[in-house]
Amino acid sequence: MSFSSEQESIYLARRHRKAKLFALFCAAITWSGVLLLGILLYQVSIDGFRWLDWQFIDSFPSRFPERAGIKSALVGTVWLICLVALISIPVGVSTALYLEEFAGKGRLAKIIEVNIANLAGVPSIVYGILGLAIFVRYLSLERSLISGALTMSLLILPVIIIASREAIKTVPQSIRYAAYSLGATKWQTTWAHVLPASFPGIMTGVILALSRAIGETAPLIMIGALTFVAFLPEGPMDSFTALPIQIYNWVSRPQEEFHELAAAGIIILLAVLLIMNATAIFIRNKTERRLK
Amino acid sequence: MSQFPDPAAADQVQIMHKKSVLELRNVDIFYGDNRAVKDVSFNIRRNRITAIIGPSGCGKSTLLRSLNRMNDFVEGARVEGELIFANENLYGKDVDPVSVRRRIGMVFQKPNPFPKSIYNNIAWGPLINGYNDSTDELVERSLKQAALWEEVKDRLHDSALNLSGGQQQRLCIARALAMEPEVLLMDEPCSALDPISTAHIEDLMFELKEKYTIVIVTHNMQQAARISDYTAFMEMGDLIEFSVTKRIFTRPAVKRTEEYVTGRFG
Repeated sequence: MSFSSEQESIYLARRHRKAKLFALFCAAITWSGVLLLGILLYQVSIDGFRWLDWQFIDSFPSRFPERAGIKSALVGTVWLICLVALISIPVGVSTALYLEEFAGKGRLAKIIEVNIANLAGVPSIVYGILGLAIFVRYLSLERSLISGALTMSLLILPVIIIASREAIKTVPQSIRYAAYSLGATKWQTTWAHVLPASFPGIMTGVILALSRAIGETAPLIMIGALTFVAFLPEGPMDSFTALPIQIYNWVSRPQEEFHELAAAGIIILLAVLLIMNATAIFIRNKTERRLK
Repeated sequence: MSQFPDPAAADQVQIMHKKSVLELRNVDIFYGDNRAVKDVSFNIRRNRITAIIGPSGCGKSTLLRSLNRMNDFVEGARVEGELIFANENLYGKDVDPVSVRRRIGMVFQKPNPFPKSIYNNIAWGPLINGYNDSTDELVERSLKQAALWEEVKDRLHDSALNLSGGQQQRLCIARALAMEPEVLLMDEPCSALDPISTAHIEDLMFELKEKYTIVIVTHNMQQAARISDYTAFMEMGDLIEFSVTKRIFTRPAVKRTEEYVTGRFG
């Protein structure tokens, strides 16, 4: 070699080896995660697939496994997620905009910031207790969809706020200055430029947050969502059940058939989750392309 | 005349005969305790190009940004003294910085088009300020003024981010011109551009001074010498000399100016 002495090339080879080892290590860790997920899915499908048919989707729960279905839970979950999105997205995004664009950097803003970060780590059951005390009892909303949706919104708001703030932070300052230099007010700048530019990032946060809400069980049990519902909710004030609760209910029964029903329920839950995420990602990519 | 609803139109007529558009009187600018611009006074003449030159950190960009209150966004920035524009102090109590920026436009160091179409980049400013004529015409006129029309007329609805750096900067100029500002501030507008784009923009400035008043900050002395009518030389926050450009570059009154323009420091 003309560039380096023998000593150097040995040293260089060692460095390359180290880099390769580290890459392998990272890949192994990544794949072990994927593998675990695969095993889980496999286990669930083995148990659940033979129960999956239209009858399962279109029937109410029943004492008899062959007649039991997931209709009310599925409809309840769809209702719940729509309501949660309606409540949490406007509140969360507005809060993030306020904190990033309008609140300044005073002590109060700092306190709010720290509190929101802490709230993101509070266990979901605590939100359930809060929801029970405030929405179900104090505001007498009863064990309704709206109580559930409000509680779930509280639970995921910190996640939405934090993710939205991060997205808003990535909007370059030069865009804001450009708008201001044209005689735009703060509000016009925020609405026309900052919000659209941070939209893809905000969507990502919202997807993650809603996915969390769809799988949460504890707060719903806490506020007393029903476990055996043989009717469909027709409005936000109706009582309801949701997929995770139905699954939980089936798992806790002694009969083997119900355990398999639970597996089928999990498949449905995952399917709903995937459809939701795919839609959101589709919307995000579409707007991202428009911006570029 | 401006086609925007403008309560100050009467003042405008009144000051038309005046030579100076902007008068700086004992302007001090602070960042916290740091005095970045010290007791600067000079006048900015109508339909002329005024260049502000000086070594890095001399306060020239700070001074420029104070002329349309863009310093308001810098934390801890404070302006003392008077900046008279249309018979009013820009920093007066009841002056709305938004209306100041509507009448004194700005082009920044790095091209900063909005991540939107070429068309919307230009139409947005006028639209939010109550412009209600045909924006098609306005967009065409502004792009022609910025010598960009021929290059982009077939793709007005493409993203502005697909343009080259030089084109983006001319788009930013067109965007500022669409507001029909009385003064156009340019903060080292060519520093991120190649020589050909720079020449484009310099040619453009010559044409623009027929209609607009331009204040440009530049670290490129040849550029200042080529394009400006008046030059202010600043150092460490002080205005060392302000004069006709030719004089600054041929027989400056202050020794320090001579040392700078002949390249002995800076």
